[in-house]
Order: sequence, then structure tokens, then C-alpha cells
Amino acid sequence: MSTLAISYPERGADWRLPSRGRVGMYCLIAAEAAIFTIFVVAYLFYVGKSIDGPLPKDVLHAPIFYTVCLLSSSLTVHLAVRRAKSGEMGAFARWWLATMLLGGTFLFGTAREWAHLILDEGLTVSTNLFGTTYYSLVGLHAFHVTVGLLALLAVTAFYFAGDLRPEHAERVEILAMYWHFVDAVWVVVFTVVYVIGV
Amino acid sequence: MMAGNTVALSDITPVRPLTVRLHEWVTTVDHKRLGILYILFGLVFLALGGIEATIMRLQLIRAHNDLVSPQVFNRMFTMHGTTMIFFVAMPLVFGFANYLVPLMIGARDMAFPRLNAFSFWMTALGGLFLYFSFLGGDGLYGAGSAPDVGWFAYAPLTAKTFSVGHSTDYWILALLSSGIGSIGTAINLIATIVSMRCPGMTLGKMPLLVWLNLVMASLVILAVSPLTAAQIMLLIDRYLGAHFFDTQAGGSAVIWMHFFWIFGHPEVYVLVLPAFAFASEIIPVFSRKAIFGYSVMVLASIAIGFIGMSVWAHHMFTVGMSAGANTFFVLSTMAIAVPTGIKIFNWLATMWGGRILFATPMMFCVAFLFQFLIAGLTGVTLAVAPLDWQLGNSYYVVAHFHYVIVGGILFCIFAAFYYWLPKASGRMYNEALGKLHFWLFFIGFHLTFDFMHVPGILGMPRRIYTYEPGRGWDIWNLIVTIGVAFQAAGILVFAVNLIWTCWRGKLAGNDPWDAWTLEWLTSSPPPAYNYAVIPEVRSRRPLWDLKHPEDPDWRYE
Repeated sequence: MSTLAISYPERGADWRLPSRGRVGMYCLIAAEAAIFTIFVVAYLFYVGKSIDGPLPKDVLHAPIFYTVCLLSSSLTVHLAVRRAKSGEMGAFARWWLATMLLGGTFLFGTAREWAHLILDEGLTVSTNLFGTTYYSLVGLHAFHVTVGLLALLAVTAFYFAGDLRPEHAERVEILAMYWHFVDAVWVVVFTVVYVIGV
Repeated sequence: MMAGNTVALSDITPVRPLTVRLHEWVTTVDHKRLGILYILFGLVFLALGGIEATIMRLQLIRAHNDLVSPQVFNRMFTMHGTTMIFFVAMPLVFGFANYLVPLMIGARDMAFPRLNAFSFWMTALGGLFLYFSFLGGDGLYGAGSAPDVGWFAYAPLTAKTFSVGHSTDYWILALLSSGIGSIGTAINLIATIVSMRCPGMTLGKMPLLVWLNLVMASLVILAVSPLTAAQIMLLIDRYLGAHFFDTQAGGSAVIWMHFFWIFGHPEVYVLVLPAFAFASEIIPVFSRKAIFGYSVMVLASIAIGFIGMSVWAHHMFTVGMSAGANTFFVLSTMAIAVPTGIKIFNWLATMWGGRILFATPMMFCVAFLFQFLIAGLTGVTLAVAPLDWQLGNSYYVVAHFHYVIVGGILFCIFAAFYYWLPKASGRMYNEALGKLHFWLFFIGFHLTFDFMHVPGILGMPRRIYTYEPGRGWDIWNLIVTIGVAFQAAGILVFAVNLIWTCWRGKLAGNDPWDAWTLEWLTSSPPPAYNYAVIPEVRSRRPLWDLKHPEDPDWRYE
């Protein structure tokens, strides 16, 4: 159909804008950060307001090992992205699988902690305000780790199907941004739950 | 000539079966079709919300009326508020943003077309959840259909003890689902505006509509996410027996208020910034002048975005906060009047000395200017905490925020309908019907919402289903209800005009208003790909440059 066109031949060739995927991911991270902020505020607001036990200082033990696992997965995912950018897909896959292993270990740690709290200490989400805020905040984070792992798994599936090529490095990098965010949130959650909260 | 081509093409295209065309609409990822879907969705819910408002006004037309029971009245005000904010105002605003932003920045679609479709259908699902509560809200308890907790759903009304059945659950799911849709669209809008602009369109050359929608989308990300978080907490409370808002177990009802209004007040700016956006495009075109103070307008919009995030607790003066908190929220609320006032002066300065054409879009915009000024002034009176202790939760507040939402936002949305309908439908609306709509709605609006302030000052609280005679409220309530009839008549004329335009309106051509932004460059309605050749721009008014090569804007900007 007929449309007019305007163009200025001297312009346009050097017109560069930020990648839409990257901008979109930054926005998603901002939205997620806002959601986590509300949960963190609720946690801090209710510290010490539980009417009866069990209380954090009686039952919580800082999961140092699993925290180290999750934080080092940021390093492995970064190394994976670097390999993908330079086209070494085999090395990429090794670091990528290492990331998934570390993330999986972290989730296992959360599951063990919950099993201990529920079965041995009798703390559930409805026991007291500590249970309410603890399971909600840690659970929200574990949910994000799970979603991240599923996304990492999808990329792994593409890799083994032979569909992942060096030109996809930017997409992999954008997914890695989400993973870094999930790790960074854990630093906040850890500080709030295991340092300030006890 | 362009219009002629359009007709010829549509004449030779064979008519496809209805099922095929419907399937195309349901599966579409085209930003223009999704925009239209958003808008049609909003209009359907406008009718529903309007019916609920009419039922309330008929109930209050005289003292001791018994048209509906107190229970039904509670459901009506809850459904009216929830519907109008989440399923009328938001979809209409998003619909226009979806339709216009890619066209105005010279792009072929949004940054993420499939995310766009996902977001729309999440919103639609939310609307379905809300209205399904009329059928499914009873649950197994026979406990009353449709939510009745008020649109801000204060604790402990939402606790399982006080809200048995599923009506509150449907309310939560509706807001959760539409909230995810809103966040998706906001992400999409920001990525589109940042990454999809045509060559030459630097940030300083974007149309103001695009700027304002950028600020709006940022606010959605920062404001709707807390609401989503609070809804998740409420779900955990109701389904897993948690205690976030359970005062019996040490939880706090006040923290729900904070969480809700951290969303609730920025939401007002989410809705009003797009209204400003429409005014900022329409007023210059119908004054035949470039916008006055472009960069100041941009800065004022950003300032509104920032200050708008820090005024929420002015909804809570009557709850009782510390003197420090009261002072902070009084001052921040008054401060936001400054950038808003700057905008009003800039629109007036744009009109000043212009050759003003009072077509229907411009009439709605001019009415908006004065009505929004009054809405802002009553807002400043409510920002004074001691006065708010007197007027809070009275009809004065109801009148104030309807002045903002109807007198400000809805008037601009009507202006936008008449201004861009020729682009979207390819046909011109009926000017006489447009003017009739304006005058009916204008008279109805002022009858209803001017006089609604008075019973509020006289002490009539909101959300009461009836009142005693002889308190001086009767005559005012009667006038307020009479205004509803005029508004309804105006809406009816509007609907007739919409249908008539799409069916019988005379062809509009590419650029019926002799306007200056890129959407008027392409045909009406635009082809699926928007632009055969991606345009390039050198100024804020690319079509002015095209039409006036001897005196282009880029020489001066």
C-alpha cells in the first residue's frame, strides 16, 4: 500500500541502539527486585514480632556451603558466556553444566533445610510470623533459582541437539544476567534471614 | 490518492470466513491488533463498571432507598473500583500505547511481539477471573458472590474468617494475573522505546507521547510489582494459613495498607501520564503550533515519576501515623503539584496565540485542562493532613479522585479516540455526534462530580448503602444521580459514533489533521508492517519537515 517515505541519505548508517533483549532483561530484573523488596521489607518488619516459637536463633543455621555453591555459579556462568562469545562451544558446555550442578546443589541445600525445619523443629508457614516470612522469602528465592535452572536446562537441550551456535552468545549472556541477579538476591536474603534476623 | 488505493484493495480482497478472521485476531502478535483488542476489552468493561456505578447511584438517589441490599451495594463498589482501574483504565492506556508507540517511533512492531500477546491475554484472563466470581464466588459455602472487600481490600476483611467462599480469591487472582500482564507490557514498551527507534530519533526528538509512555512504563515496573508481591502474600495467608496480615498472630493490617498504596498512588500517575501524553500531541496540532517548552515537559514528566513514588501514605493520614511521617507525606504530596502545574502552563502557552481549531478532540482536551486543574486543587486541600482527618473517607475524596480519573484521564482518552480513530479505522468520525457526546458527557460529569463534593463536606461517608433523611445530603445525592443519566447518554452517543465511523464514515486519508508525527506518514489503517521504508527523522516534527522543506524544524532545534 502507498506510504510516503522520508529519508536523509547522510544519516542512518551509523545508527546504533542498545540490544532489546538486554534492555528487556534489565527491566525484568527491576520488576523482580521490586517484588523481592516488598518481601524483604515484610521480613524485616516482622523480625522479633512472633508471638511464640520456634524462633530464628533456636533453629536457623547459616548454610555457608550451599551459599558458596550458589555464588560460585555466578563465576562459572560468566566463564561459560566468555567461551560462547569466543566460539568454544565445548568449553561453554562444561562451564554451563558446572553452573547447573552448583545451582542444583543449592536447591538441594534449601530442601534439606526445609525438611529439617518442618520435620524436626515443627516450623511451618502457619506456625508463627517467623515461619510465614521465612518460607515466603526463601521460597520466593528458591522459586527463582528453579526457574533459572529450567532456563539453563533449555539451553543445554539446545546444545545437545546441536542448535546452539556462537551467534547465540548474546542470548546466552542475557540469560546469564538473570542468573547473576538470582545470585545477588541471595546475598540480600542471606543477610536478612541469617545475619539480621537471628 | 492514497485513500483511493486502500478502497480498491479492500474491494478486490475476497471476504474470508468469520472463523478465519477471528482466529487471526486471537492468534495475532501485531501491535496494532493487540492495541485494538486492549481497547475493545477496556470498552466492554467500561460498560460493566458503568452499570455498577449506575446501580450505586440509583440506590443513593434518596434517603432510605432499598433498591439493593447492603451486601449487593458492597459488591457493587468493590467491582466498580476494581473494574474501572484494572480492566478499563489500564487496558485503554496500554491499548493506545501499543498502537501508537511503534508507529510514532518509526518501528515495524514492539520489541517482543509474542510477549505483547501474552500480556494482553493475561489481562483478559484477569478480567475473566474477576467476573467469574459472580458465578463461582459462592464456593461450597453459599457465601455470597463477587468480592465485597472494597477495591483496596483492607485487612482483616480479606482474612478467611471474614471472607468465606472464593470471592476474594477471584479478586486476588484477577489482580495477580492482570498485574503480570501489565509488567510484561511495561517491559515491552521500555525495550521498544529504547531499542527500536528509527534512525535520527534521538531521545530529545521523540514525540512527547513516547516520552510520557516511557515514564509510565517505568512506573508500572516499580509500582505494579509491589502489588503483585502483596497479592502473593495474601494468597499465602488465605491458602496456607500464614500470618502476614493476621493481627491475631502479631501480623499487621497497616502493612497491607502500605503495600497497597505503594502501588495505589503511583497507579494514578500510571494512568494520568498517558492522558498527559494524548493532550501533549493533540493540543499542538489543533493550535497549529509546536509544543511549548518540550524539554521542560520531559523533565516535569520524569519529576512526576520520581515524586509520585514517594507520596503513597497520604492515603493513610486517617489511620494515624507519626508526626514525622505525616509531615513528609504532606510535603511530598504538595511538591508533586509543581511539575503538574508546569505542564498545565505549558499546554496553555502552546494554545496562546495559536490558530485554535475546536474539533471534538480539542474540546475534550480543553475541558481536561480546567477539570484537571480543579482536581489538582482539591488534591492539595486533601494533602493537608488536618483537613484530611475531617474529609478523609468522605464523598469529598470520592469526588476528588473521580475528578482526576474521569475529568482528567477519561476526557483525554475520549480526545485520543476521536483524534486517532481516523488512523486506526481509515474513516472520519461524525463531528456532530462527537460534539453531542462532548456536551452530554461534560454536563453529566459536572452535575455528578461538582455536586458530589458537597455531601462530603457535610459529612457523608463513602461506601454507605443508605442514609438518614434531613442531614442536608438528599438534594445533592439527587443531582449527582441525575448527572449519571447525562453521562450514560454521552457514552451511548460515543458508541454509536464509533460503530458508525467504522461502517459509514468518509475516508480519512493518511493525514486528516495535517499533523506532524510519524504515524500520519503511513496509510490509514496502517499496513501490518507499518512502514515499507523505515523513515528517518531530523526533528521532533518530521512531517512538518516533509511538508515545509523550505523551513524545516531541524534548523532551529
